Amino acid sequence: MNKLLNRRNFLKGGLATTAAAAVLKNSDTQAAGHFDGYPDSMGVLVDLTRCVGCRSCEAACNKEQQLPEPAKPYDDFSVFDEMHHGQKRRTDETRYTVVNRYDVPEIDHPLFRKIQCNHCAEPACLTSCFVNAYTKTPEGAVIYNPKVCVGCRNCMIACPFYIPTFKFSHAFTPRIMKCIFCYDTRLKDGKAPACVEACPQEALTFGKRTEVLEMGKQRIRMTPGKYVNHVYGEHEVGGTAWMYLSSVPFDKVGLDTHLPNEPIIYSVKDFLAMVPMVLTIWPGLFVGFHLLATRKDKIKELEDAKNKKNDEKEEQV
Amino acid sequence: MKLFSKERPEIPIVNHLKEDGTEWTIKEKLWLGLSVSEYKKQFIRNPVNWLMVFIFAIGVPLIIGRYIFGLGWVTHASNDYPWGLFLGFGLFGMVPLSASGFMLGTTVELFGRKDFHSIERLALLNGLLGYFFAVLFLEVDLGMWWRLPYPMFVSLGPAAVLFLVAWHVATYLSVQIAEVLPSFFEWIGWLKGKRAIRKWVLGLTVAGIILSTLHQGALGALFCYAPGKVHPLWLSVNFQWLHFFCSSIFAGLSMVIIASTLIKNFMAWRCDDEFLDNLDYVTIGMAKGASLAMITYLCIKIVAVAHDQEWSYLLTGWGTYYFLELGIAVVLPMCMFAVGIRKHYVTLIRFGAFIAAFGIIWNRLNTSLICFNWQMYQDIPHWKEVWITITLYSLYFLTYRFIVYRMPIVYEWKGER
Repeated sequence: MNKLLNRRNFLKGGLATTAAAAVLKNSDTQAAGHFDGYPDSMGVLVDLTRCVGCRSCEAACNKEQQLPEPAKPYDDFSVFDEMHHGQKRRTDETRYTVVNRYDVPEIDHPLFRKIQCNHCAEPACLTSCFVNAYTKTPEGAVIYNPKVCVGCRNCMIACPFYIPTFKFSHAFTPRIMKCIFCYDTRLKDGKAPACVEACPQEALTFGKRTEVLEMGKQRIRMTPGKYVNHVYGEHEVGGTAWMYLSSVPFDKVGLDTHLPNEPIIYSVKDFLAMVPMVLTIWPGLFVGFHLLATRKDKIKELEDAKNKKNDEKEEQV
Repeated sequence: MKLFSKERPEIPIVNHLKEDGTEWTIKEKLWLGLSVSEYKKQFIRNPVNWLMVFIFAIGVPLIIGRYIFGLGWVTHASNDYPWGLFLGFGLFGMVPLSASGFMLGTTVELFGRKDFHSIERLALLNGLLGYFFAVLFLEVDLGMWWRLPYPMFVSLGPAAVLFLVAWHVATYLSVQIAEVLPSFFEWIGWLKGKRAIRKWVLGLTVAGIILSTLHQGALGALFCYAPGKVHPLWLSVNFQWLHFFCSSIFAGLSMVIIASTLIKNFMAWRCDDEFLDNLDYVTIGMAKGASLAMITYLCIKIVAVAHDQEWSYLLTGWGTYYFLELGIAVVLPMCMFAVGIRKHYVTLIRFGAFIAAFGIIWNRLNTSLICFNWQMYQDIPHWKEVWITITLYSLYFLTYRFIVYRMPIVYEWKGER
């Protein structure tokens, strides 16, 4: 009886402690960290209503990043009709940014959208990389270190925007190729990336992310009916440095509108949280199973030893 | 070998000593106790070897080409489909089929089911080789394959799922080597080493369970990085690791049933009576375990659909394909196992195991290739990619056969143990 009461008390105590812990939990302490992005990081607002598809940004990027000369010159607009596996042009090892044309039936003129790395606040490529090849700099760029990359291409699986590309054609010097926000040559000195500087239409606006976001919202407010009431990239996958304004729904210009508002790593946190539990619980649990499963052998062993002792005693008597 | 084993009493080798009392040398053991001309004769007579020669004649130059001209030369892996058949089959398919080591290790060493002892070593070997070749597949697929140790020692990204996979596969590979070493030590006759490992067996087994739970699960969790790319029916962010872990249980068991069936039918000369006499009994036992895992798997697959509210997807074409996969890959072999267990139709169980193993590979290919980028276009692997995959798998088969021919895996060493 005494034992039972003790256990009951113990359970009560345990419950009380748990409840206390739940109530007293400090609101500042959050599980596994939440990152809203660096406060002074830079961003770019892309206004699709202003882009005319001149491809100046593509040319500027090519020159700045010293990428190979393209097969067709930048004033050849037949590239907008190129299709590969039924898909429009995308980034690859020779181009960090491309502009695509979208013919939207509701409006009388085509829209153009520039693709490049969106430089997420909490990038999927970075969080999926097992050799820390990616860095999110305080300036806002997501940069890549080819010296440690092993070429597993998990970042390409993880990126919700299909941005990182791989040099599949190189056996000895393969690497990931992606837009780095002109970090080395411009951004770290506070300068706008080459593509933004080259834009003749001011379709691209460079500035502090918080400020260009505010500017985007202001444009929506000031010109009612012109824009869809959303800045794409404000919340998508935890927020991105590059954001879009559009006059038509974003899925009409090839942007994925089903992306979660949490960073991609949130989908993986369930599993990651389970890992230390398995590491710590399994040893005790399974050694326990072993003791349970082999208990009969043990009992038999003990009884045999006892019988043997008794036999010996009897013999002595 | 069948021929020689009938003609000559000392073959196959099961003992350190020959008939005349002298010891076999390691070299003689490697040659299976045959002279070079006899070895050649048995090699040429076996049609499987000719098939292997044909596969390797084309496959080896292709593999060399991959290291000279790059991945682009042999695969259709692209910026949209970064992972192709090497990982889809070689890593995601081979690893669950190699869960056998920890399954039988747990059954025999941890749960004390000594009645499964006769199959334990085959299961351990099956596990070790499967993992080893999964790493080999990875080495063909990695862009900078010479940097394989980087995630361990050079640049660590411990918050990534792949980091877990890398560390767990590496440590588990070491654990499995330790678990298979006793057979090797018996064979070379170094008993000290065997006894030293014997002391560690419980620790190794528990380590095996931990590492297996985590990295089988981690392979599934890798796809949680692509919630927008994998078809929702094949991806459950909350339960993916459980799906992968649970299905690896019946995958591993089915693979041991397959291996033992092949050995029983084509390598009976190598088996001892204990192995052959017990085989039907342990096959039924493993089928019981596998069918329990299968029904659990089916339930948690449905739970995932319910949890993510994906019922409407079941009515689409993808839903039909989903049912087709579950029906052929899980329900059919499960029913075959059930009938086989009740009526003691061991042959039915063996056929079921083949279907279940095929089903697991199908499921992993669905997740990594077929239902990946489901809103985009379908990637079809390059023929060279398929050929290299077959070549590596053939190498796996040859290594497997090489070891089972020699080491005490399906027979008990008659000499000092």
